[in-house]
Amino acid sequence: MKNAKRINKIYTILIFAFLYAPIAVLILFSFNDSNSTGVFTGFSLQWYKELLTDTATLNALKNTLILAVLSSLIATLIGTAAAVGINKMKNKYIQQTINTVTNIPMMNPDIVTGISMMLLFVFVGGIVNASSNLSFWTVLIAHITFNLPYIILNVLPKLREMDRHLPEAALDLGCTPMQSFFKVELPAIMPGVISGLIMAFTLSLDDFVISYFTVGNGFETLPIRIYSMTKKRVTPDMYALSTFIFVAILVLLLVSNFVGERDRTKQAIKNSKKKTGAGK
Amino acid sequence: MKKRSLLGKAPAAPYLVWSVLFIIAPLIFVAYYAFTDKNGNFTTANFGSLATAEYAEIFLRSACFAFLATIICLVIAYPVAYYISKTKPKTQKILMVLVMLPMWMNFLIRTYSWMAILEDTGLLNTALGYIGLGPYHMINTSGAVILGMVYNFLPYMILPIYTSLSKLDPRLVEASADLGCNATRTLFHVILPLSRSGIISGITMVFVPSISTFYISQKLGGGKFDLIGDTIERQFQTAYNYNLGSAISFVLMILIILSMTVMNRFGEEEGGMVA
Amino acid sequence: MEKNKIIELKQIVKEFDGERVLDSIDIDIFDKEFVTLLGPSGCGKTTMLRIIGGFVKADSGELWFDGKEISDVPPYKRHVNTVFQKYALFPHLNVYDNIAFGLRLKKMPEKEIYDKVEEMLAMVNLKGFEKRNVNLLSGGQQQRVAIARALINSPRVLLLDEPLGALDLKLRKDMQNELKNIQQKTGITFIYVTHDQEEALSMSDKVVVMANGQIQQIGSPTDIYNEPVNAFVADFIGESNILDGEMLCDYRVKFAGAEFDCLDKGFDKNEKVDVVVRPEDVDVVPVEKGMLSGVITSVTFKGVHYEIIVSVGGFKWMIQTTDYAGPGQKIGLYIEPDAIHIMKKSEFSNMFGDYSTYSEEMEHLSDLTEEDE
Repeated sequence: MKNAKRINKIYTILIFAFLYAPIAVLILFSFNDSNSTGVFTGFSLQWYKELLTDTATLNALKNTLILAVLSSLIATLIGTAAAVGINKMKNKYIQQTINTVTNIPMMNPDIVTGISMMLLFVFVGGIVNASSNLSFWTVLIAHITFNLPYIILNVLPKLREMDRHLPEAALDLGCTPMQSFFKVELPAIMPGVISGLIMAFTLSLDDFVISYFTVGNGFETLPIRIYSMTKKRVTPDMYALSTFIFVAILVLLLVSNFVGERDRTKQAIKNSKKKTGAGK
Repeated sequence: MKKRSLLGKAPAAPYLVWSVLFIIAPLIFVAYYAFTDKNGNFTTANFGSLATAEYAEIFLRSACFAFLATIICLVIAYPVAYYISKTKPKTQKILMVLVMLPMWMNFLIRTYSWMAILEDTGLLNTALGYIGLGPYHMINTSGAVILGMVYNFLPYMILPIYTSLSKLDPRLVEASADLGCNATRTLFHVILPLSRSGIISGITMVFVPSISTFYISQKLGGGKFDLIGDTIERQFQTAYNYNLGSAISFVLMILIILSMTVMNRFGEEEGGMVA
Repeated sequence: MEKNKIIELKQIVKEFDGERVLDSIDIDIFDKEFVTLLGPSGCGKTTMLRIIGGFVKADSGELWFDGKEISDVPPYKRHVNTVFQKYALFPHLNVYDNIAFGLRLKKMPEKEIYDKVEEMLAMVNLKGFEKRNVNLLSGGQQQRVAIARALINSPRVLLLDEPLGALDLKLRKDMQNELKNIQQKTGITFIYVTHDQEEALSMSDKVVVMANGQIQQIGSPTDIYNEPVNAFVADFIGESNILDGEMLCDYRVKFAGAEFDCLDKGFDKNEKVDVVVRPEDVDVVPVEKGMLSGVITSVTFKGVHYEIIVSVGGFKWMIQTTDYAGPGQKIGLYIEPDAIHIMKKSEFSNMFGDYSTYSEEMEHLSDLTEEDE
């Protein structure tokens, strides 16, 4: 029994090594002093310096961030409102239909989502005779679209588990329905809204496939820049940037995990109270 | 009363409009393009041109690779998920963050990084050389493509299995032991059936991106192993034959829906047997 | 003292999915009254409370508050506050901010709010709890916060929806007394919903017994207990032996195969009636002195008295007595005329059998399944 556990532990460590091998390689070569991504010749920080002067890459990074911030915020706005409305719906069939439609962008392969939106944009562009069918706006719409399900899926359960008397209590104490939402309901579902926002932000940051089919000329995101580079040669300053992003995301995940944990502890204490508080 | 209840649902309106415009309408366009020719006339020729040995091979290869990658992911992921679910709660959290962390890294650059490892003169062969092995030819093989899939989508398998295992009541395992099941019987009769939902969603989450990927095979397969994703990409980005591309996408969607249905049926039957 | 009507319900009807939960309800509620809406789950009591609170709108009928029709007034404009079933405290606010919530909406200066919150905390015995997280309070404490949060707005009427349902028995008894004290101190009208008849009898000025969406009886606790209008009320309030009877003439009734003197009159000659005899009103006597006689089938010790089940010609009576008699023993029953209560036949007649299937456990189970409507 003890042995089995040790074998499992070693096995798990090996799988983690597998998961992190390419990342370790990438971090290693970001410190290489030659421009090889295959042979390590010596330590240097030159690629980090190079990165600071690579305006095209920095611009792509800026674009990616703008896209991720805008799309996740807009999706959070529309998605949270949607969850509130959906939660009020009583009709089972309507709810089921909306649920199915919401799941489509998550279940469909990215490439199909990408080309389907591209077809729409090309078609509409043809009608309005736009000089170019695809642009920043098309990729923004695409990102909002694939972010929306994640917001709704995070917020809806929070609304469902919220005491249904809370909004009534707010009205009872003198809130208008609007005040009730902002003073009582929104704070109650905030953890769901935040985790949805973070999820949407990281998905948008990372997306390549859907952007690839929906982005217009003149707007280059980081994944798209990396793609065009990997067609020829990737320079190690891209490794430097990836290392930097890796660290940034590590911090972000730790923070969101910390926030989530606080939320969970509160919930756990509450639940244990409920259990120990004897009924009749 | 009617008016008031309608007002409560109003916040969903922007989303409903959005989903009709940007989720449903695009899919209708895929169907439209798939069943029309360049001039917009109805035709099934697009599907006809898929009925060649070449496309049959691509579809078959994609399905095979995705199937293998899914099975390998399942076999690799289950013990890992099980191990993580058995550690202390704090450790569990840290390990799960570590499992998810690679997913947030750009997958293109991680895949590209595998090239440096797998090349004939790459890191792995160099390392093997030190202990007197190799060199082995690894890059640009079907194995490398499947490895790329397993690597990229493994976290999607670990995550749901871990979730279902961590919800499993440890008393059930004790009860099973108490009733005379040995470890193996407990695994097959108690733990596996109870983590079925996690396994099924894991399979879905690995199979769908595997069968539709287009980058991995180009980089790790050296362009020798065309997959469905590659042919779709080519129709839209270089050949500009949207009709054929839509037809392939259409078939891909049908293929996925079919395999999901079979999967869910299979899952339900399993459930019926257990219950 | 001239009593001042504060709430009037006129012909209130409410249906959910075609099912009528309130069937033309008429009731007047007076200022400073402690009114209890009592009934089994699904009787419509909570819906009635929610109509008064403004969370549900009646399909038809009128709701008057202090001389004004308020059916279309939204809850936030009504001078009514509610203590919700599971308290509905705002989880993101601490005790102080929960209680101050209503006053802050009225834009009262913080200094005044502080004084009033402190006053409320003193009243509900929660001084020093200002900064506590409401999620970490015990059920009883949450209950007090909910009451303070509602009362601080000085409502004309306080609505309480089974507020003690989630508390354990001991705490319930304490809170019952406290609520009654608060009501008397503040002079606010309380409308209290419960399915617990003991709670209703001990706290209320007026009890409204409801069943099937209709008011069965309105009266003081003693009226309701001593003069139930029909078999439903008799059965729901306390224990009762309900028998089929026949009114022979005024002051003379026949049931259980014997004739008895009683205090009721005004029925038709030979009218079929329901007869109620409370278990504590039956005296156990030697067989030869009894008006009825039967065999004891079971005895339960209850502390102050024994509860014995006696089979009289097949009908199982429940009797509470301080004299011990063992199972199998034959005894006589003696019933004074004032212990016999005669009721007209109603839709509820014959719905309540004798005590042949009675058991403590069943009673307890049916209590547990009571849920909010």
